[in-house]
Amino acid sequence: MPATTETIAAMESRFGKEKVTTFRDQTRVVVPRDELLPTMRMLKEARSFDLLVEVTCVDYLKFRDATDRFGLVYCLANTTTNERLTVRVMLNEPDLKVESMCALWNGANWLEREVYDMFGIEFVGHPDLRRILMPEEFTSFPLRKDYPMQGRGERHNFPVLTRNQA
Amino acid sequence: MSIASLEKPTADKQDYLWTLNFGPQHPATHTTLRIVLKLDGERVIDAMPDIGYLHSGFEKLGEHLDYNQYVTITDRMNYISPVANGVAWHGAVEKLLGIEITNRCKYIRVIVAELARISDHLLSTGAMGLDTGAFTFFLYAFYQREVIYDIFETLSGQRFHPSYTRVGGLSQDFTPLVIEKIRTFLKTFPATLDDMDRLLNRNRIYVDRTKGVGILTKEEATNWSATGPVARASGVTRDLRKDEPYLAYADFDFNVCCMKAGDCFARYYVRLAEMRESLKIITQAIENLPAGPINVGVDERKTLPNKKQVYSTIEGTITHFELVMLNRGFTVPNEEVYSAIESPNGELGFYVAGDGSDVPYRARCRPPSYIHFSLFPKLIRGHTLSDVVAVLGSLNIIAAELDR
Repeated sequence: MPATTETIAAMESRFGKEKVTTFRDQTRVVVPRDELLPTMRMLKEARSFDLLVEVTCVDYLKFRDATDRFGLVYCLANTTTNERLTVRVMLNEPDLKVESMCALWNGANWLEREVYDMFGIEFVGHPDLRRILMPEEFTSFPLRKDYPMQGRGERHNFPVLTRNQA
Repeated sequence: MSIASLEKPTADKQDYLWTLNFGPQHPATHTTLRIVLKLDGERVIDAMPDIGYLHSGFEKLGEHLDYNQYVTITDRMNYISPVANGVAWHGAVEKLLGIEITNRCKYIRVIVAELARISDHLLSTGAMGLDTGAFTFFLYAFYQREVIYDIFETLSGQRFHPSYTRVGGLSQDFTPLVIEKIRTFLKTFPATLDDMDRLLNRNRIYVDRTKGVGILTKEEATNWSATGPVARASGVTRDLRKDEPYLAYADFDFNVCCMKAGDCFARYYVRLAEMRESLKIITQAIENLPAGPINVGVDERKTLPNKKQVYSTIEGTITHFELVMLNRGFTVPNEEVYSAIESPNGELGFYVAGDGSDVPYRARCRPPSYIHFSLFPKLIRGHTLSDVVAVLGSLNIIAAELDR
């Protein structure tokens, strides 16, 4: 279900008309990084988007006409009106830091850890920001576009454990 | 009355704690899950899930396989209800392309997705029964799963990974034999459901082990992004089939099953009740199955034509050739969409970014199991070690979807 006109108007007055786009009934808004937390707090408290559906990231390294490197995607839903809104933040290297949403939605905890694990984006204020799917010793970020599909041989670099050491 | 409510020990007050590795190879985790438990005797003080043992990079693979090929990977994502994943994936792709699928295709997708839901719930409740000591219940559930596998085999030639959906349509149409088999299943399955009800719903051991264990309140469920049966057992009435009807769900009459307790028993019971609703949907869909093609037209050049068209018409031949050739198929817009369905486990969404080529630029899956597993430490704290399997079973964690 698309966002209501009130939500769209609230977003447009805050960030300007060109930042709010609609494609196939989905409303997306691009938010500057500094205003992410206040915007999300406003959306949760004033517009009652109580469900954080999804946190993910897209690496635009090889994307046609892209100007920013990473696009962080937050999908929000209102469980009473079924209204949905996608909030996006653009990030560029080397400053890959964004404020964590864990204070607003507990569900953000593991979703943000996964984005950190796969893309290397740091969530400031996250209670437990560690790798979640990859081992701790892993140094690169596998879902970045400059990481090859077959890996870079990290498996072979891990120390071999013998029975005596284990 | 569970032990949790009597006293709540905290980790810092205890000077003598055991650390127990539960999994990754434990019969009750069913797959490769590892949980490091902090125990005080039998009491679980804390649980630290350690996941990633089955990480196989589904999302990275999605960026290197084309829109039709990726369905073989989504099948392996949640291998308990593979067709539902395919419906979700191709739903997202069709949304990106702006394809309106045919009516018959919508109905058939509803039928297979609901069959997948029944098979998922059978496994989930059956395995939960098995873990808490109800072996007969497990056998009842698994016999019926076999019947559903048989339907999928007749439908697509594959039992476990049917890869049934395609962009803009399906790989095969329903044959009379499939319809007959589904009708037989609709007739025989309610008797098994009644038996399953009688076996466990008032079984004292089962009720004692699941009631009041792992309680999740309504507010917590929403705050932790829980969806599907896990949220509905806590009183959240959200169901995408009703709230944001996709495919042909608006045509059918069915109820959303909810409970208020939010414990393991409620989650089990919601799943049992949902199977009856799925039967209702399949009955209505199979009786009103519209005639017509299952794929969108050949002239649109978006979906693979059937073999008869390929071999007997020039349009069919050209379309097939264009779509199979690398860099020749349909073009996708430089856009991104998020599309979700109510999969057996909860909201299964795909975030697809297209870049004009024949492979998705980014294929992200919103996995319900992953989000539900983050609830686990919270649900188990204060309960006993034997409750671990009950809570795990009630959340229905599929490791392949969890680790991706």
